[in-house]
Order: sequence, then structure tokens, then C-alpha cells
Amino acid sequence: MKKIATIVGAAMAVTAAAGVNASTLDSVKNRGALQCGVSDGLPGFSATDSAGRWQGLDADFCRAVAAAVLGDAEKVNFVSLTATERFTALQSGEIDVLSRNSTWTLTRDASLGLNFAGVNYYDGQGFLVSKDLGVDSALELDGASVCIQSGTTTELNLADYFRMNGMSYEPVLYDTSDQTTAGFEAGRCDILTSDQSQLSALRLQLSNPDAAVVLPEIISKEPLGPVVRQGDDVWFNIVKWTLFAKINAEEMGITTVNAEEMLSSDDPSVQRFLGVSGNMGELLNLENNWAYNIVKQVGNYGEVFERTVGKGSPLNIERGVNALWTDGGIQYAPPVR
Amino acid sequence: MKSNNRNGLTRLIYNPTARSLFFQAVVLGGLLWFMLTIIGNVMTNLDSRGISTGFGFLSQPAGFGISQTLIEYNETFSFGRTFIVGLLNTLLVSALGIVAATILGVFVGISRISPNWLLRKISMVYIEILRNIPLLLQIFFWYFVVLQTLPRPRDSITFGEAIFINVRGVFVPKPMAETGFTFYVILIVAAIIGVFVLGRWAKRRMIDTGQQFPVFWTSVGILIGTVLIGYFITGRPISLEYPELRGLNFRGGISLLPELLALWFALTIYTSTYIGEIVRSGIQSVAHGQTEACRALGLNEKQRMNLVILPQAMRVMIPPMTSQYLNLTKNSSLATAIGYPDLVSVFAGTTLNQTGQAIEIITMTMLVYLTISLSVSAFMNWFNKRVALVER
Repeated sequence: MKKIATIVGAAMAVTAAAGVNASTLDSVKNRGALQCGVSDGLPGFSATDSAGRWQGLDADFCRAVAAAVLGDAEKVNFVSLTATERFTALQSGEIDVLSRNSTWTLTRDASLGLNFAGVNYYDGQGFLVSKDLGVDSALELDGASVCIQSGTTTELNLADYFRMNGMSYEPVLYDTSDQTTAGFEAGRCDILTSDQSQLSALRLQLSNPDAAVVLPEIISKEPLGPVVRQGDDVWFNIVKWTLFAKINAEEMGITTVNAEEMLSSDDPSVQRFLGVSGNMGELLNLENNWAYNIVKQVGNYGEVFERTVGKGSPLNIERGVNALWTDGGIQYAPPVR
Repeated sequence: MKSNNRNGLTRLIYNPTARSLFFQAVVLGGLLWFMLTIIGNVMTNLDSRGISTGFGFLSQPAGFGISQTLIEYNETFSFGRTFIVGLLNTLLVSALGIVAATILGVFVGISRISPNWLLRKISMVYIEILRNIPLLLQIFFWYFVVLQTLPRPRDSITFGEAIFINVRGVFVPKPMAETGFTFYVILIVAAIIGVFVLGRWAKRRMIDTGQQFPVFWTSVGILIGTVLIGYFITGRPISLEYPELRGLNFRGGISLLPELLALWFALTIYTSTYIGEIVRSGIQSVAHGQTEACRALGLNEKQRMNLVILPQAMRVMIPPMTSQYLNLTKNSSLATAIGYPDLVSVFAGTTLNQTGQAIEIITMTMLVYLTISLSVSAFMNWFNKRVALVER
């Protein structure tokens, strides 16, 4: 009996050991491509354009990681995920990094076996209402039906907000943001709630964007950022510093256009950053020109922001808190040294 | 002794019962080992990845709202409660679907072999078209194409200011119990018992004396009479709470969500096509000689159907009918596509996402569907035994 137990135990130990993941960095290099989880279509963050190419702030972050690790920003396999699927896809190893407007919360950080690698976009939850409702403030929404995308922090914030203000509501949950917008347009609900950045994007998808208005109230903090599996610190560092590199590049004034000239800059911090001197890349287990590749092929944080959600995009979102700390915002990255 | 022993062993090896027992034990042992390995692996891997496990989350406050709850629920209730709420919503739509699909299916199935040419062709087209459109598309059709194009609450379609239909659903008056309600219920229960007693008496009398008694119409008369006359005798114990538009939405009354209606319609119609075919094949499986025998005995059309054809057809119909009921119940999980708060949408959707306990929640959800399926199956097997041919 004891023998059997030992055999079973040993077999279990073996199969369990085989189940543990190899290093993410190695598997990405072997595969020659990054598996990156993005949303199922959210303009400005990750959505396919008319040519079928993934565009947006989150999609470009995937490209930045690929540029840093593989030296080629195009070596990304985008995996489109719903809000409900995303964390399981990361936990199970289906994707290497999740870049899908995911809010950094304590529960997710502490209990899902995941690590948030930083904040790519500081957001807050707001409300989109149709104009003919004649509502100016979220406090006039007692008894409203609310369209929400399921599996988001939005559901909890909404419940808290209505309860705190002594109001009732009827939640109407949809799986994808397209269905949520369709439900709102059909009048199934009075309000659509989501992160403010998404509301601007969704409003543009309505057949008549002018008939709807985003209310001024912001009811929550939604720091959105890339996520990796816990327990692989080498990979965690790479993803974290990819984000920092984008922010630092903007601060140092390095752009896609001038990256090549900057290689001959006299500034020691720029030299270190671009891998002309020092061994910053090696410390991360990457090539020394990792940051150069990011900036040259994808762009710095500011460039990407303006191109995808800011002035250069239909969303036309102000930098606001997402400006650099030197410009009055809160985007701040530790130094590369 | 020694040779005797070997003899015993040899005999055991060549004994078919012992051999089959041995191999069954080996397979069972292998299966158990396999399960234990999987469970062990899961625990080890979850632990090594820092993912918290266990069922402790069930008692944590849920913190999110649900649009349709059959029991009391709000954001302060626990995740465990969301499980019950979701489960009840699944059972509700399944039960509604099974009842409606059976009624519609039997009607379609009988029409399919009706002597009336038009009826026969209409039901054939109905079955052939609706059976071949995927269920998810039918759900989307009812939800997005039919129910979402209804007017907004302010321009609701109304019937006598009591029933309102709009894009937010159907709102009907809600019966409220007043004083005397208990007495009224007792009266109705007594009438139902009376009808049963009457039925048994009539049957015995028919067996004993051969005289028939119009049980059906008498029963209907007794029931309707009790409901109507009792209502006034007990002093109108039921009042109606009418829905009315207050603020942004209708308040009061009973609201039937469009999500529920769309899912119910789609499940009913889709499953009724299969039930229709089962009913048709069941009836056609009864040999034509039986019909001729009935005519020879002088039974009329109704007696022929009720006493001879249907009891025999039932034996063929019940097993496939069971699998349709099971299918309908499982198909109800497509609810999540249109946001009906069923078990999959609420518990395996929102709760899973808020807690991240994927393995625990998916296991619980699968066990629930397994339990529902086995219960329906057990009931239908019992029913099948009752109607099965008693071989003498």
C-alpha cells in the first residue's frame, strides 16, 4: 500500500514538474514571435484597421516588447481576448504578455498569480448618456438601466457608486464592446458605463455621435497597464522596462525620426539608453540596442499616445494626467542607469 | 496440496468472472490514478504560480448587481449567493423552455402528419427551416432584430395601461395577496383534490358498470367555478399592482426582461422542431394494423388516439425527448451572449472574473449542469418505465 502511494507520489511529482513553464524569454526567442493578448476591438487601444493591421496604444506596446526582445516590432502574434478570457489566457501560458486596457487592482495583483508591469494609461470610469435624456449629472440617474461589458472592474465601481448615492439601477451585461454599444443605441439602457477613454471611442462608433454625451463625473481610478505571469522575474523586468524606455525616450526627446542621429549624441544618459555605451541591455538579458529598437520601430510614449488616442487620432483625447511629470502629468519612469 | 494450490490458481485465471473483475479493477485503478495525478498537478502548479485556491471566496461580498433575481439579492450579498441567483435563472428559462417547446412541438409533430395539406406543408417548412439555423443566430435574431427594435419606454405599446411593451421588456401587473388570500388558496386546493377523487370514482365506475361519466368537462366546470366564485366569496383577496413609468424606467408590476424573452423564444422554437419530429416518428412507428383494429372494435378517432396510438407512441418518444430536454437546458447557457443573467453569465462570467478562481468556478458550474442533466434523465427514465410495454 505504501509502495503504491510512493509510486503515485513520484509520478505526480514528475508530471507536475513537467507542467511548470520554461522561461518566457526563451520560449519567445525560440518561437521567434511574441504572443500578445489584446482586446477584441477597442479603437485607440487595440483594434484592426481597414487593412487588418492591429492599431492602438495597447497594440503598439506589444510591438515595443517584440522590438526589445526580438529586434523586430512586427514579430507579434496578436491574440484577441474578451474581458472574461484575458487573465486565464495569461495564466495558462497562451499569451506571453497581456496588453488589454486592464485595470491594476490589489485583487488581481495579489490573487491571480499575475504582475502588473506599470501604467500605460491613467484612466477613470465615466458615463455616456443620450442627449434626449436631459441629464447633466450622474446623480440624476436613479433607476436607470446601465449597459456594461461583463468581466470588468466597471461592474463593481458602478455598484459602489449607485449604492453610495442611494440610487437603484438595472445592469445589462454584454460580452463584447460592440454588443454593449448596440444595446445602448437600441435604447435597452439609458447609460453606457466604461473607462472614459473607451467612452470617447465608443461614442464615435454610434451612428449619430452627437446624440450622446459623456458626463463629467469620473467615479473611479483605472490605471491600465500590461500584465505578465508572476514568478518569471526576468520577463517581468523586460516588460516593465519596455514601458519605462518609452517614457524615458520621450523625456530625453528621442523619437522615431531622430533616433539614428541621437546614436552620436554626447549626452552620456542618451548613450547609455541607446546602448552606445554601457551594458544596460545585457543586464535585462537583451541586446544592447533594445531601447533603440523600441524607439526607432515603434516610437516614444508621447508619439504613440498622440498617434493612437491623442491629437493625431479620431479620439482626440488630451494628454491630461498622462503627460510626463515634467509637463504637469504623472507619467514618470525610473532612470536607465 | 501444492498441485491442488496451482490448480486453484489456474482455475481462477481461467474463470471468466474473475478475469473480468480483475481487468475492471485494473482500469478503475488506472482511472483513479489518472484523476489523482491531474488534481495533484493542478494544486502544485497553481501553488507554484502564486494563484490562490479554495472555496473561501464564496463567502466574500460580491459587489456587483444582477438584473433579474428570483430571490432577494443586492451588491452586499456573497459570491455564493450569486451562484444561487444564476442557477435559479438557468432553471427558470429551462423550465419555461421545456414546457413551451413540448406544447409547440407536439402541435407541430401532429400537424406534420395531418390529413390537411396546408397544415402539413406549413409545419414541414417550419421544421426544415428552423431546425437548420444555428441556435445562437436565432437568439441574436430575437434579441437584436425583434426585441431591440421595440419603442423606448416613453412610447411603450400599451394594452389598457396595464401591460406595457418596450425595448426594456414586457411589464405586466403583479398580483398582490390581500386578506382572505390563504382561505382562497385552500379553496382552490380543495377543488383540485375533489377533481382527482372524481376522476378515480369515474374510472372505477366505468370498470365496474361500463357507464361513462363526462369527467373532463365536469372537472373544468368545478375548477373555473371555484376560481371565480371563490374569488368573490373570500372578498377579492388578490389586487393588482400596475407598472408605471417613473423617472427613467417602469417601476412596480412584473417585468419580463427582453433577454429572458429572446432566450425563451429561441430555445422554444429551436427545440420544438426536434420534438415535432420525435412526435411524428413516434406516431408513425405504431403499425397501421393498430388503427384498423381500432376501427374494427368501433373506437372513435379520439379514443383511438388516446387509448391505442399515443400510449404506444410514447414508448418510442420518451428516450429521444429526454435528450432534447437536456439539450435545451444546456443550450440555455448561450444566454451569456445576450446578457441574460444565467449561471454561466453570472457565476462563470462575472464572479469568475472578479475572483479569478477559474478552476473552482468552472468545476462547480460543470457539476451543476451534470446534476441538472442527471435529474432530468432520472425523472424521464422513471416516466419511461411507467409507460413502457409491460411484457407478459
